[in-house]
Amino acid sequence: MAGAFAASIYQTLIRRNAVYLTSIFAGAFAFEVAFDTSTNKLWDTWNRGRQWKDIKYQYINKAEEEDDE
Amino acid sequence: MLARTVLRRSVPSRGIASLNKRASSSAAGSESASSPFHLTITASVATAIALGSATYLYGQEAKAMTPAEEGLHATQYPWEHGKWNKTFDHQALRRGFQVYREVCASCHSLTRVPWRSFVGVTHTVDEMKAFAEENEYDTEPNDQGQIEKRPGKLSDYIPAPYPNEEAARFANGGALPPDLSLIVKGRHGGCNYIFSLLTGYPDEPPAGATVQEGMNFNPYFPGTAIAMARVLFDGVVEYEDGTPATTSQMAKDVVEFLNWAAEPEMDDRKKMGFKAITLLTGLFALSVWVKRYKWSPIKTRKIVYSPPVSRR
Repeated sequence: MAGAFAASIYQTLIRRNAVYLTSIFAGAFAFEVAFDTSTNKLWDTWNRGRQWKDIKYQYINKAEEEDDE
Repeated sequence: MLARTVLRRSVPSRGIASLNKRASSSAAGSESASSPFHLTITASVATAIALGSATYLYGQEAKAMTPAEEGLHATQYPWEHGKWNKTFDHQALRRGFQVYREVCASCHSLTRVPWRSFVGVTHTVDEMKAFAEENEYDTEPNDQGQIEKRPGKLSDYIPAPYPNEEAARFANGGALPPDLSLIVKGRHGGCNYIFSLLTGYPDEPPAGATVQEGMNFNPYFPGTAIAMARVLFDGVVEYEDGTPATTSQMAKDVVEFLNWAAEPEMDDRKKMGFKAITLLTGLFALSVWVKRYKWSPIKTRKIVYSPPVSRR
């Protein structure tokens, strides 16, 4: 089972160098995006209500209301 | 190495002779001084005195100052923004800036902080532009060499209340109000010290304490005599978000604000550190696995010694 899986990975990704390199770069890009998204989400959960993006709506809305008046 | 072995080889004939001589003489000596007990007791007493005085001299903490000159050690407070995974509370930073503007700024400068650094941290662009425009700054010399005044821009730094140190000292009875940009980093105890100092003014100095004219008593200030009087009283500012402006609330907010002024990069630094440690933990585990993988043939091989079959 594992052997078949490894063999299919070898055949599809590693056999040809161009495909191998492309998959490494694409994998790095995808990992970067996924890692950043997930850690940022975790960070914002830990710091809910503490950061500027959590409180700015109060002041931006206020400025717009003042403009309307 | 070679020289030593040569030396040893050449020595023996004389060495043995001298060893014999010395052995005989020391035997004779021990017979004559049959009671070395007083020597033993003298040596023991001398050693005990030496050890004791060394412990006494080096073992205790050296204090160059009296406790009053040292100042009372600040209470340790559980600062939420001090935790490894917490950012500043930006609502508190906004309140703290209000306290700085309305209370501290009349004497203390904040010269290393530009107006632009508040944008996207505590205030919107328009709010900060309005603050900056309230102040006047020097222009570049015009074509007649005259320096004129212009309203402030976001890129300007917060103006100091006094033009120079002499003016500041003259206005404050000889005492210089320190710049607050880096004060949290510049004082032992950091946030705890400043909070204790701001909230630690007693109603009247304790019995026996002498306070000079124009000075105030604060146990947390080294020397206990501080030129700054108590400035934070309940309700001295009115917070726009409705938070009750008690003394400790204002002190906490302004301390957190000053911590931000000293290290505005803290939020990003902690976030990047968290990401880096997470990634490096994964890479370290991977490297351990690779090491074990590469070494497994060497670690699991068996070396067998098969002696040559002897011919009979």
